[in-house]
Amino acid sequence: MYEIRFHGRGGQGAVLASKVLAKALVEEGKFVKAIPSFGFERRGAPVAAFLRYDEKEIRQLTNIYHPDCIVCLDPTLPATVDIFAGMKEGGIWVQATKKTPKELKVPEKVIKVGFCDAFGIALEVLGRPITNSIMLAAFARTTGIVSLESLNHGLASVAFRDAALEENMEAARRAYQETRVYDTGGKEIR
Amino acid sequence: MSKTIVCDGNEAAAWGVARSRPDMVAVYPITPQSSLAEYISQFVADGIIQADLMDVEGEHSVLSVLQGACLAGARTFTASCGQGLAFMFEPYFRTPPLRLPIVMSLVTRDGITPQCVWGGQQDAMTVKEVGWIQMYCENVQEVMDTIIMAYKIAENRDVMLPVNVCHDGNYLSYGVEKAEIPDQEDVDAFLGEKNTNWHVALDPERPMGVDPLTGGAGGAGPSMFVRYRKGLCKGMQNALGVISEVHGEWALKFGRSYAPLVEEYRLDDAEYAIVTIGSMSGAGKDAVDAAREAGEKVGLIKIKTFRPFPLRALLDAVSKVKALGVVDRSVSFGWNRGPVYQEILSALYHLTERIPALSFIGGLAGADITIAPFGRVIEMTGKALKGNVPDETVWLNEND
Repeated sequence: MYEIRFHGRGGQGAVLASKVLAKALVEEGKFVKAIPSFGFERRGAPVAAFLRYDEKEIRQLTNIYHPDCIVCLDPTLPATVDIFAGMKEGGIWVQATKKTPKELKVPEKVIKVGFCDAFGIALEVLGRPITNSIMLAAFARTTGIVSLESLNHGLASVAFRDAALEENMEAARRAYQETRVYDTGGKEIR
Repeated sequence: MSKTIVCDGNEAAAWGVARSRPDMVAVYPITPQSSLAEYISQFVADGIIQADLMDVEGEHSVLSVLQGACLAGARTFTASCGQGLAFMFEPYFRTPPLRLPIVMSLVTRDGITPQCVWGGQQDAMTVKEVGWIQMYCENVQEVMDTIIMAYKIAENRDVMLPVNVCHDGNYLSYGVEKAEIPDQEDVDAFLGEKNTNWHVALDPERPMGVDPLTGGAGGAGPSMFVRYRKGLCKGMQNALGVISEVHGEWALKFGRSYAPLVEEYRLDDAEYAIVTIGSMSGAGKDAVDAAREAGEKVGLIKIKTFRPFPLRALLDAVSKVKALGVVDRSVSFGWNRGPVYQEILSALYHLTERIPALSFIGGLAGADITIAPFGRVIEMTGKALKGNVPDETVWLNEND
């Protein structure tokens, strides 16, 4: 079983991201349970969402306290929330940021990081700072757990308004190309 | 053709409603049921549900409208929880003795005060004596399937009672999984023709007195009242068999089987067992597996149907073990124990041998019950085998 925790701020779409990834993983034949954290739903407030997947049926319907992977949709959040709380050794960190691992403190338990200038891409392509589709593509690029194609299937099932589906798919495509993946020494591995 | 989707429990419930083809739906939104009300509204707007949707000013009107519709022969649906259910209580109380087969999702929520919009089973447990059938679901697919089965149970001529399909607020309202939407034709064949008002109707062709004034000292009044009461009791007892039959038919037709009344998990060679209800059960089973690997002979008993109380099925299960740990997600304030625990104690009286039973309460106000606290439940219940039984309820969550 593999456990993923999304961190974001209300309005960035962390909960929807977990749903879209759930759809993409089911598309690839996996068993999934995803669940949002429960708090007051306010724009800008820190939120979290949880997703576990496995090759076999999952029974526990609970929050995740020891994730294998952290996906953070907001560049300012690591300064205010301990996004690494309970993270397993050898985990993967996917972060929305313009910075490099040298500029950010990477915990020792993290063995791979994927950084993506999600705000930059979001403002250019979507015209507003909604980073969920972008960070899903960054997750796909960093971990290889899911294909961009399956993610697009997941996105296609969301009831976007107007041309938002095409824009989100374009933003995801950009993010998949532009995400920088680093090893523990901060060396870019692609 | 059936269709696979990935959805949360509230959407699954709405799909179950859609496939059941209600004639009239009335809903008033309340967290964590709101998105279920929104899915229903969307489905009606999109023509997926071809029903009259009544937007009314509150839950009292919701159920009053549906009572009228049901008496006029309609298949009906609503959903509520918590304070919404509290506001609905007056018509809610009248629905079972009127023998109206209304189906209602209870997206269970803890009771205020203090203020709380999160999950817990306090609402459902508070109304367990009113006469509605209560079935509690464990996962998203079971929510969808149980809604459809609920119509077949409610509308059975030997039952004719309203059903609450309970799914835990937060965990099962927003929890997302893969689910299969059954084919419409298959569901139509499964449910058959509806007849919701053959016995009691608002119909100019069949004028009859509905809900007569009874009671008072002496005369026929109180006896007539008792006839209604005994009829309700009989309908409830009949429901036990019907619930089992309907679950059996469902498994044959759709290939998904659920324990209709009480599920026994790894119980056959168990020395002791934990008892769960609702969405906590998955983590409970995982905890049982972990304890089994460590050599503990423990099993799990899951309550699906809580009203009517499945006495025989529960006795079959508990008679296999020598100690029980019951986990509740609500509080019986009169006993300072869990309500499921109190009911289990009543059932245990029917055994010839007395066995120890422990009360655990956790998961209130949206709190999580993970595998770890279940580990504690298992450990303490195992110790009860050796006579170590705590006098008081054990509160499971950290800081409780």
